[in-house]
Amino acid sequence: MLKLDRRQFIKTATGALVFVSTSGLLKKAGIAAEKPIRVGNILDKTGSLNIYSLNQIKAVAMAIDEINAAGGLLGRPLELFFYDSQSNNQLNSQYATQALVKDKVHVLHAGITSSSREVMRPIVRKYNGLFFYNSNYEGGACDRRYVCTALVPGQQMIPMVEYVVKELGGKRGYILAADYNYGHITGKWYQKLIRENGGEDIGLEHFPLDVNNFEPVISRLQTAKPDVIWLALVGSAHVAFYRQLHAAMGTKKPIMASTCFDSGMDQLQLSPDEAEGVIVSTAFDDDLPKKSARDWIAKFHKYVGNNDPVGTYGEMGYHGVYLWANAVKKAGKPDPDAVIKALDKTTFDGPGGLYTIDGKTNHTIMDVHIMRCNRQRKYDLIRSFPQRQPIDTQAVCDLFKHPNDTTQYEPKL
Amino acid sequence: MDNIIIILFQVFFAFGIFILISLGLAIIFGMMRIMNLAQGEFIMLGAYMCTLAWRAGLSVWVGFLVAGVAVGGFGILVERLVIRFLYGRIIDTLLATWGLSLFLIGAVTLIFGPQSESAPSPLGNFHFGNLNIAQYSVVMIGLAITMVVLTYILWRYTRFGLMARATMQNPSMAETLGVKTNRIYMLTFGLGSALTGLAGAILVPYAGASPPMGIFFVGKAFITVITGGHMALLGTLSASSLFGSIDGVVSFLASSVMGEICVLIVAIVLLRFLPRGITGGFQKGL
Repeated sequence: MLKLDRRQFIKTATGALVFVSTSGLLKKAGIAAEKPIRVGNILDKTGSLNIYSLNQIKAVAMAIDEINAAGGLLGRPLELFFYDSQSNNQLNSQYATQALVKDKVHVLHAGITSSSREVMRPIVRKYNGLFFYNSNYEGGACDRRYVCTALVPGQQMIPMVEYVVKELGGKRGYILAADYNYGHITGKWYQKLIRENGGEDIGLEHFPLDVNNFEPVISRLQTAKPDVIWLALVGSAHVAFYRQLHAAMGTKKPIMASTCFDSGMDQLQLSPDEAEGVIVSTAFDDDLPKKSARDWIAKFHKYVGNNDPVGTYGEMGYHGVYLWANAVKKAGKPDPDAVIKALDKTTFDGPGGLYTIDGKTNHTIMDVHIMRCNRQRKYDLIRSFPQRQPIDTQAVCDLFKHPNDTTQYEPKL
Repeated sequence: MDNIIIILFQVFFAFGIFILISLGLAIIFGMMRIMNLAQGEFIMLGAYMCTLAWRAGLSVWVGFLVAGVAVGGFGILVERLVIRFLYGRIIDTLLATWGLSLFLIGAVTLIFGPQSESAPSPLGNFHFGNLNIAQYSVVMIGLAITMVVLTYILWRYTRFGLMARATMQNPSMAETLGVKTNRIYMLTFGLGSALTGLAGAILVPYAGASPPMGIFFVGKAFITVITGGHMALLGTLSASSLFGSIDGVVSFLASSVMGEICVLIVAIVLLRFLPRGITGGFQKGL
């Protein structure tokens, strides 16, 4: 982190666009003269949420570069427009409008938090655009202009809760979640799933993103004595929870299971003692024992010029761009409405496995893995669940029957 | 019984945090009347200095000293280069220090990266009935109280303290009597910065160090010092006790969010009835 040569400095200072297709690359591929297809990417390069975005920004750029080097899409080059939303939803709204109206992007790959997504979704509808959201979330958003290429509770939480409650005996659970729509709906999912598995939810608390004092809740946890702490804490301030819990309880900590610990690579900000043992459920990890994963990580490392851990949110940006590109190929043109018609059953054989868009919901079928953080602050694979369907969203959303639906459905307790 | 112990611990802990984050500001804003909006970033710098020292192989305790000295030195630099031209111009100071705050967040992000850093807590935990408490939390409370006591002694019983008080009360009279007020301002600002940096370092094993961390603290620090009123030390101490008690009790019984809400409500009500702060009616003291 402290090593800062001149090249690195320039990269850091100028941001993602440094990575992206130079005119040299386009000439070499023979597509420099064609009219570009425009791709917008709105992510948080700065602010307390950028721990989720930084590798995704680079991975999106890498996918675009690769496609260009291989002759472009439909014979046309891709042009990337990157906007830094600075962990601020207002900028998500401003840049989404700018991308669609002024820069006229054919697709928007954007958003990390559910609040930023819900800010941008109506804007994309208003300007008849197409919106790829490459981030795990609480599920249920049903909208034909919106595609989620990452995990929803039916894929991510159902196997994890079942594993922890039934196999690890984590019956009594205490839920700690971030205080915005993601944390609230994920909290409800935890409650529903814990009860369905015969467990008990003895507490549910929400924390605004700037809270970094968890002493009171750690005391409450000690009086409540749960077997397991269910987590959906978000952002760099919340990482303090793991520090304070370890300082107070040491090795007597309950089981910890999180929906987003690995997405922000929280383990890297903690000591081995503090991070060890957290259970996650994810579509991808650097240490997934799979050739496609290893090859991709090597490629990514070469692209960015370092060997830092990459994580699942980096990979999501990459397979998100390819899923979209494959849908464009199927449609034969990049116009949003044509691509939307071609989305169903579009596939991409990616670093984490096979990804298939389910046209009924515009969500994505993929492999899911339960993993556990070890003392090297990497993840050990516990169990894999191949080709899981987004069943929670499929249960409520049918875009074939109701193409004009725009609701986000929430779980009922 | 357990609950009473937990609540007492929470109250003392919250009190300690309030003292830590506002003691430096009590000097810089409470005594010198400088609206330093970069106060949170001074905390952040202290935190980074501590992690740097720890990375270099020093113990966390030495890291605290490094942070205090380094941020104190940085404070003196800032006073010489920016603040000294702006004494008595509140709005200008506010803008300049706000700029400084943004600059520091950007610079630290550029150099250290956006992720948070930490030095692990150097101590274990202990049992108190059924409750496990981090030993470090208790050390934090102790350090906070020690810092207040030492500052009080410095102010009340040393020659520097006397000259500084004279300068803050009536600079032209102090100057007439041969006090180099310019130098006193510089040193006082440096002292406030050093205490802030030290606090940032003490917070590291507990909250980590990240570029935006200052924002989490600066609001609370200003509210504490303003509610304290014109006697910077006594005011900050009493406001911290009051807010600490409220925050500690409500946070444990309800939630951290309710705790913060109650602190803000009490601060507003208090300032409505005591617009000059808790110590507003007192005649003399620190």
